[in-house]
Amino acid sequence: MDRRSIIEHIPRLRRYARALVGDRYIADDLVQDTLERAWNKFYLWRPGSDLRAWLFTIMHNVFVNQARRRGYEIEQTVEEMPAVAVRGTQTLQLELQDVDRALRVLPAEQREVVLLVAVEELSYKEVSRALDVPIGTVMSRLSRARERMRHVLGGQTAVSLKVVK
Amino acid sequence: MKPVLESDLHAYVDGVLSESARAEIEAWLSTHPEDAERLRAYSEQNAMFRSLYNPVLDELVPAALLAVRPNRWFRHAMAAAIFALGIGLGWVMRGPSITPQMVPLPLARQAATAHAVYSPEVRHPVEVTADQEDHLVKWLSKRLGTTLKAPKLLPLGFDLIGGRLLSGPQGPVAHFMYQDARGQRLTLYVTRQRGEPRDTAFRFSQEDRVAVFYWVDGNFGYALSGEISKDNLLQVADVVYKQLNP
Repeated sequence: MDRRSIIEHIPRLRRYARALVGDRYIADDLVQDTLERAWNKFYLWRPGSDLRAWLFTIMHNVFVNQARRRGYEIEQTVEEMPAVAVRGTQTLQLELQDVDRALRVLPAEQREVVLLVAVEELSYKEVSRALDVPIGTVMSRLSRARERMRHVLGGQTAVSLKVVK
Repeated sequence: MKPVLESDLHAYVDGVLSESARAEIEAWLSTHPEDAERLRAYSEQNAMFRSLYNPVLDELVPAALLAVRPNRWFRHAMAAAIFALGIGLGWVMRGPSITPQMVPLPLARQAATAHAVYSPEVRHPVEVTADQEDHLVKWLSKRLGTTLKAPKLLPLGFDLIGGRLLSGPQGPVAHFMYQDARGQRLTLYVTRQRGEPRDTAFRFSQEDRVAVFYWVDGNFGYALSGEISKDNLLQVADVVYKQLNP
């Protein structure tokens, strides 16, 4: 096992970061800060344990710190999110964009859980470790996130999207 | 039939249930159409998230990300730690010709240096691993001429990974290393103290990034080091002290 293995995980870190923050450049900044921290803390990684889960833990910590600093901007983005238009017909691409926007409505802590589970396919236990919260908290955040998304997306994606205040 | 938990429903959506649990949920859903509809929406969310973000995996990774390397500050810190150890060893090598002005490195500094040098080790953090704990403790006890104990810190989340024998200014040093689930490492440094037996209270020293609690108990000095907060370290130090002095 050597440090090069971190590089293999970059595409997944980018995927998660993109989903988490939305913007491509902010996401890559998050990945860059995560990698810097990971390199410097690599000696703390326990050989044989899951490197990917460890990297997500680091990314979570970096994200929380950045969010604290940028908290203001993040809230702004959510508040100013344009109303999702009510549409009769839509292409799949548009529909997916709505999903991405709906995701931004979720509090960051719920977004993290739902993405680690759904996109990164981490087990609930791994999510609990990565975010350093009890498994019960993981489950309640997951439940709230999914239910909120369902309402934002109007219960089913095939119909027009409702605007949720 | 046992009650269906909300967490089981999510586990069903995420496909992490056993075959039999899955069948049970399906049976339950057949009589709960609203929940079935809800779970269908959740599954669809999963599918949409993947369609949205999986394409990122196929993008070219920006060169800037591939270029990230350990930063200069960290390399300097490591170099400084190794240099300090060199000075420590230098003193030992000087032996009895030690000049009066030169005092041995304080216990906290010795321990922090050993921590900084050995805890980053990925492959060989210890000489003897914890699966041979009896052997490790006997061996180090023999070298230090006392009966040592490796404190049990598992209730605090720190698992013994092993230990090694070091050379310190006062002779042999027993060095135990612990690690928690997140890979955070703590080291316990035990060395013989020169002079009259004495006891001291807990003392704290922040040696660069390494926090150290240390104390002297009779003829031995103890130091617990880690890159964790003072409060968290104190909690562990307290347990270590109580176990060594039941």
